[in-house]
Amino acid sequence: MGGPAVNFEQAIAQFDPVLGLEVHVELNTETKMFCGCPTTFGGEPNTQVCPVCLGLPGSLPVVNATAVESAMRIGLALNCSIAPWSRFARKNYFYPDMPKNYQISQYDEPIAVNGFLEVDVEGQTYRIDIERAHMEEDTGKSLHVGGSTGRIHGADYSLVDYNRAGIPLIEIVTKPIEGTGAKAPEVARAYVTALRDLLRALGVSDVRMEQGSLRCDANVSLRPFVDAPFGTRTETKNVNSLRSVERAVRHEIERQAQILADGGRIVQETRHWHEDTGRTTAGRTKEEAEDYRYFPEPDLAPVAADEAWVERLRATLPEPPAQRRARLQQAWGFTDLEMRDVVNAEALELIEATIAAGASAGGAKKWWLGELARRSNDSGVALADLGIEPAAVARVEELISEGSLNDKMARQVIDGVLAGEGSADEVVAARGLVLVSDDGALTAAVDEAIAGNADVADKVRSGKVAAVGALVGAVMKATRGQADAARVRQLLLERLGVEE
Amino acid sequence: MHDKTALDLAAGIAAGDFSAREVTTAFLDRIAATDGELNAFLLVDTAGALAAADSVDADRAEGRPLGPLAGVPVAIKDVLATEGLATTCGSRILEGWVPPYDATVTRNLREAGAVIIGKTNMDEFAMGSSTENSAFGPTRNPWDTGLIPGGSSGGSAVAVAARQAPLSLGSDTGGSIRQPAAMCGVVGVKPTYGGVSRYGLVAMASSLDQVGPFATTVADAALLHSVIAGHDPHDSTSLDAPVPPVLQAAQNADIRGMRIGVVKQLAGEGFQAEVRAHFDRSLELLAGAGAEIVEVDCPHFEHALAAYYLIMPSECSSNLAKFDAMRYGLRVGDDGNNSVEQVMGLTREAGFGPEVKRRIMLGTYALSSGYYDAFYGQAQKVRTLIARDFAEAFAEADVLATPTAPTTAFPIGEKVDDPLSMYLQDIATIPANLAGVPGMSLPVGLDEKGLPVGLQFMAPALADDRLYTAGAALEALTGWEARP
Repeated sequence: MGGPAVNFEQAIAQFDPVLGLEVHVELNTETKMFCGCPTTFGGEPNTQVCPVCLGLPGSLPVVNATAVESAMRIGLALNCSIAPWSRFARKNYFYPDMPKNYQISQYDEPIAVNGFLEVDVEGQTYRIDIERAHMEEDTGKSLHVGGSTGRIHGADYSLVDYNRAGIPLIEIVTKPIEGTGAKAPEVARAYVTALRDLLRALGVSDVRMEQGSLRCDANVSLRPFVDAPFGTRTETKNVNSLRSVERAVRHEIERQAQILADGGRIVQETRHWHEDTGRTTAGRTKEEAEDYRYFPEPDLAPVAADEAWVERLRATLPEPPAQRRARLQQAWGFTDLEMRDVVNAEALELIEATIAAGASAGGAKKWWLGELARRSNDSGVALADLGIEPAAVARVEELISEGSLNDKMARQVIDGVLAGEGSADEVVAARGLVLVSDDGALTAAVDEAIAGNADVADKVRSGKVAAVGALVGAVMKATRGQADAARVRQLLLERLGVEE
Repeated sequence: MHDKTALDLAAGIAAGDFSAREVTTAFLDRIAATDGELNAFLLVDTAGALAAADSVDADRAEGRPLGPLAGVPVAIKDVLATEGLATTCGSRILEGWVPPYDATVTRNLREAGAVIIGKTNMDEFAMGSSTENSAFGPTRNPWDTGLIPGGSSGGSAVAVAARQAPLSLGSDTGGSIRQPAAMCGVVGVKPTYGGVSRYGLVAMASSLDQVGPFATTVADAALLHSVIAGHDPHDSTSLDAPVPPVLQAAQNADIRGMRIGVVKQLAGEGFQAEVRAHFDRSLELLAGAGAEIVEVDCPHFEHALAAYYLIMPSECSSNLAKFDAMRYGLRVGDDGNNSVEQVMGLTREAGFGPEVKRRIMLGTYALSSGYYDAFYGQAQKVRTLIARDFAEAFAEADVLATPTAPTTAFPIGEKVDDPLSMYLQDIATIPANLAGVPGMSLPVGLDEKGLPVGLQFMAPALADDRLYTAGAALEALTGWEARP
């Protein structure tokens, strides 16, 4: 390095970025790609294995038909053509987490080709062309113990868990994404987000980036001007959150611009993204890259997807996420901003389910984006994983609207449900949360409050209606929060002879 | 006892003429008496065999139904997974590996009541034509123990030829059942590709490998064939088609009107004179019995060996990558100082023999970027042309006939340093593997040194039964009864 530091705006002023995104999706099939082992996440290491996914001598793969159908549905949802004839191929390289030292993948005959996905960034639509979507098997997972890098080199020893080996993966590869300019990082994020939403709507994957069921590799290159030949690209791996996708692309644009501005050359290599430092470090260069010696997998028959099969699957496609969002926004009467908050909080399905269970749109949004979002942020647990069902939220909302709970009590009910004390009604019963709205019981407390706060009462009488809040507070305190605050206010004003 | 056919043994046990234990004991004794010299077995499972035999005897005593092979000892080539029994593939690299599962054919045998008597010697990972490439020493030919028994299924061929077992299983990728059958004077069949499950067969070249039977008679081979054949959902290349009626075919030796095609390219040049003489005499016998002998032209067969030596090593190089010391078998150099790549390298260096390394290198090269089209790609095209030659030949003939191997058995050590000459042993058998069609070798006579000569029949895919009809006819015509 020599010259002055290049920031993102300067980088974009001098160079035109071109992106390419490769997304790996773990399918949520019950069994693995080529054997009957379960795919559940988080099992004891090497308990979800068999001769096939361990690659024991003599074992043979058998294709999981559900995984093939998922791949075809993904292809169709991405507007791809489904190949009438597609083959598996072996990708040969040695690594301890690969039981056979080859990965069954697809090479020159993938299941789906030539599609696109449209994404919106700040009101502008970008069409992302899809090169291909192909099927493959996941590898095992290595844990390198000792050493400073957590990588295999320098480790004292390594452990391998083959539970993940053979889990079906779909790799979705874009064509070069051009013309995004300064919006490149946002477009990259929007694409992965849109893809995630689409995959979730298809129901084919858990799409949990933090669990690795959705993984993104970002290819970035710079060129001096639009329409110039592509520059040398780098491929950034280990980008494991939506935010990281944006940050990694931005960082790589800056890093490459700095090198080019200093008169250097970009090396074609893989780079590793580090979430903590926000930087990438060099991995394997092109010269060190393996020759994978792809050849057609002789243990498997080609997949022949006839027209009828394709059309039957096309009929199962869900409403496209963008269309669905627009429909729900209109039905719920949310503003664009409100809808964006809902989507960003990953609360769309939760709110939809809460409304379906009887809540109003406003009520459902209030809980999921308010109290529950706060708890999700505090605990770092996703909304959907907090441990409260949309139906429980709808019930709480119902109890409020029928006057049985106030907001404060409702929060206690939420506490109880989250603590595993049972359903909303069970928590209400167990904790004795009954809103005191019986005027008889409240009248005494109201009189007491007026007697004990004569100065405030006088203020109210003299027309400062806002001061009644202090008296409401006193009544609420006396009733330990179990009074209907609105009714208390009404009774106080009546007693003091004040009209609002 | 050990001279009886498998069919007679099964019938005798079922009828109570003798017990499964008596039969098993007779063959165990035979192995004990002969295998010190022959080295056909890598493992003899005395306890397991006797237990299986006792279970058959108990079934019979209690009137439970008996399977078609109830009480019949069967030896299994050590390339097939046998749960609880070490499986070595004739290699050091699998040292200590005991499969936790049965190959489908192993299970088929158990379900048919067969007594698995042991695992037989073989060229390492089925690579060879002489069984000299075994890491555990060569197997010797019972006709002359200074000679090779053929390979790679030499142990299984010898086990049957020397009556150490009435039946055995081999595997055939380019001739590894048919060529040793010819060398040892027994019947050996490579079924239609996909006709027998490959699940549990340790792969050499996946698109070519097939498991098949050895026996002393065509009818016995049919018996074992019928037990192991059939669709297996665990093997995606297994054919979902009815098993060809091989048992019936072996009983029906009527070949009147059968058109027998003599492959022009495999009838003369390069074959030992007495091999050709026996082949010609066999054709005369068949013609005399009413078969029609026609000549067929298979112009692309001359490229079969070249194509085979690209496709087979390519698949080998990938199939054998899994032997890396990480999960099972031999591990060399794991002293805390070597990296994982070094341990993999040291293990493969120490664990594989020279022929295996040769083929891994050939295959790695053939699949490499920049060479793929010229080598693997071209070879696949040749393969298509060979399949077309077969299709055209089978339009004119019901079965094809060739000598099985160019020579009779040769001395141990003669060709071991001359791979090309060794590879030529499979010149007549390789085309069937490339096209996936079935082939049978059966003995038709002895050369002047008293060594067996084999003849090969080939049939269209899924017409394995035709092999048995032609084979049974020729067996009757030659009156073959010679024993080593």
